[in-house]
Amino acid sequence: MNDPQTHEPDHLEIKDLAVSFDGFKAISGVDLALKQGRLHFLIGPNGAGKTTLVDALTGLVKASGHATYRGKDLLSLKSHQIVRAGVGRTFQTATVFEELSVLQNLDIAGGVHRSAWGMIMARRKVPTYVEEALETIGLQDVSRRPAGVLAHGQKQWLEIGMLLVQDAKVMFLDETVAGMSAEEREETGELLRRICPDRTIVVIEHDMDFVRTFADIVTVMHGGKVLTEGTVAEIQANPQVQEVYLGRSAEGTAHA
Amino acid sequence: MNARVMAFKAYFPLIGIAILALFLLVIAPGALSSFRLNNLGKYCCYAIAGVGIGLAWGRGGMLVLGQGLFFGLGAYAMGMHLKLEAAGPDAVPDFMMNFGSGVLPAWWAPFRSGAFTIAAIVVIPALVALVLGLAVFKRRIKGAYFAILSQALTVAFGALLVSQIKYTGGQTGLNSLSTFFGYNLYDPVNKKMIYMITAVILIVMLLITFQLYRSRFGEVLIATRDQEERVRFLGYDPANIKVVAFVIAAIMASIGGAMFVPMAGLINPREVSALASIMLIAGVALGGRATLLGPAIGALVVGYGRTSLSEAYPDQWTYFLGAMFIIVILFIPNGLTSVIPKAWQALNRRRTDIKEVEAV
Ligand SMILES: Nc1ncnc2c1ncn2[C@@H]1O[C@H](COP(=O)(O)OP(=O)(O)O)[C@@H](O)[C@H]1O
Ligand SMILES: [Mg+2]
Repeated sequence: MNDPQTHEPDHLEIKDLAVSFDGFKAISGVDLALKQGRLHFLIGPNGAGKTTLVDALTGLVKASGHATYRGKDLLSLKSHQIVRAGVGRTFQTATVFEELSVLQNLDIAGGVHRSAWGMIMARRKVPTYVEEALETIGLQDVSRRPAGVLAHGQKQWLEIGMLLVQDAKVMFLDETVAGMSAEEREETGELLRRICPDRTIVVIEHDMDFVRTFADIVTVMHGGKVLTEGTVAEIQANPQVQEVYLGRSAEGTAHA
Repeated sequence: MNARVMAFKAYFPLIGIAILALFLLVIAPGALSSFRLNNLGKYCCYAIAGVGIGLAWGRGGMLVLGQGLFFGLGAYAMGMHLKLEAAGPDAVPDFMMNFGSGVLPAWWAPFRSGAFTIAAIVVIPALVALVLGLAVFKRRIKGAYFAILSQALTVAFGALLVSQIKYTGGQTGLNSLSTFFGYNLYDPVNKKMIYMITAVILIVMLLITFQLYRSRFGEVLIATRDQEERVRFLGYDPANIKVVAFVIAAIMASIGGAMFVPMAGLINPREVSALASIMLIAGVALGGRATLLGPAIGALVVGYGRTSLSEAYPDQWTYFLGAMFIIVILFIPNGLTSVIPKAWQALNRRRTDIKEVEAV
């Protein structure tokens, strides 16, 4: 990944990243450049270290190495500071605030942009950026429902909506379409396409059909390391990847 | 349900506050004897602390088992001022003559000033809660550990009060208080005035809490209660959110404690003990911790129940209270006020069912 674009400021640059849990190296020697404007897929068998990589970049686990975004060293920041630096994420199991309505969920995600005074005031009307996010994720009809009653796919969209309200410039989406119907996947893919141009979007995914349809670039992880990176065609032609995935299909697809 | 109805529903709690205000400020002063009214005033003090507990525990998920500490800080600040008033200018409180050196300690002296005392009632518990909250919540101490810690601090505070008899009056506390900012405490007119001030403070605290609950802060507080780690990924430090709620709850407990003193005419370590803290939280649990009015109503009911039961059954009343607490926890975990909306819903469902049947 030594093309000249690497030095543009909006790139999330990862160098020699490593995480170990009590001596077990969950990931090691990871170099990656995450660029704006393309759908970057992160694939690999269960236990490859995909979630751990995102955890390291969002302050959930301690890591060594370097990860810089807009001049900020992400590895030295706390989770909420990383969010304020413009890097957001979703979780493998959707975690929305079940007692709050869809609208409230979206609205509190906008706190990053609010003053203390704005916090003690009630919401008088829905801010335009919340309205826009609601429209983008297509949940207008259920905006006043408690988020707890949403279907699985809707919860994932709500999480993406919250990242939009947050105005996350980098989004890590951890297995967002897992468990979605084919239609929902399609819609999610379209949604990601729409919001991608001015953002850096990294999607962790297992389903190769989905990856084939929407990926601009794919990074394959295996055993805590980056195996290879390239377009879908390049990845599919790679014998190492084929080997890993043949191994995986023999093991089944239980989730990590 | 259309938007108008939703907006209207958001103001329902104000109707509840208005009814409570009517009861406390109009009906009760007309109907109750001076003695009973004074008792009701004491329950209002528990209720003021209870509103804060509702905020910290019901909405913020912090099991504040030791609010007696903050109730006590406010109460002793007020008690010191009234004790100095009772002693008279230049004179020293009686117990200091008996147990101490007969010289007023330097840190007592500023409490001669009423303004200083009022400021201290707000600022001291706020600072203590701020330091404690930052130390605890930044380290991500929560749940039972936090509850035990807050209770332990209350026990330590009580022990300190008892042991420092030279400064605190020990087990007896600060008694023989005779005036409140110059007003004679034995005059029924003044007693009624103090009651009215307390009741108004309770209503104001409820209004402040109403605003907090409908504010964005209120939403984030619920979010923090339910999924603290997730809140980090909205860009908030949940520790800060919790500290704010904890500090507000501490100030409310302190104000409740401060107003308790002129009505009781004394303050001693028993009134701020671990047991007193549990009484406070029991009232909140009974009334419904996550609702706006529940904590206040629960605290009033427990205060009343405590007095009536202890009059009728001086030895056994704590068992009654314990039994009631168990029944509430087992059968109505969200408190008495949670029963009302449920009954309302059931009634509405009936009505719509009937309508549908009629329509068929
Ligand atoms: N908190 C943890 N403690 C110990 N081991 C962990 C922890 N989290 C993940 N791991 C291990 O790290 C490896 C990578 O896990 P993960 O990043 O979840 O994989 P993926 O998301 O690619 O399926 C796995 O072997 C997993 O068991
Ligand atoms: Mg994973």
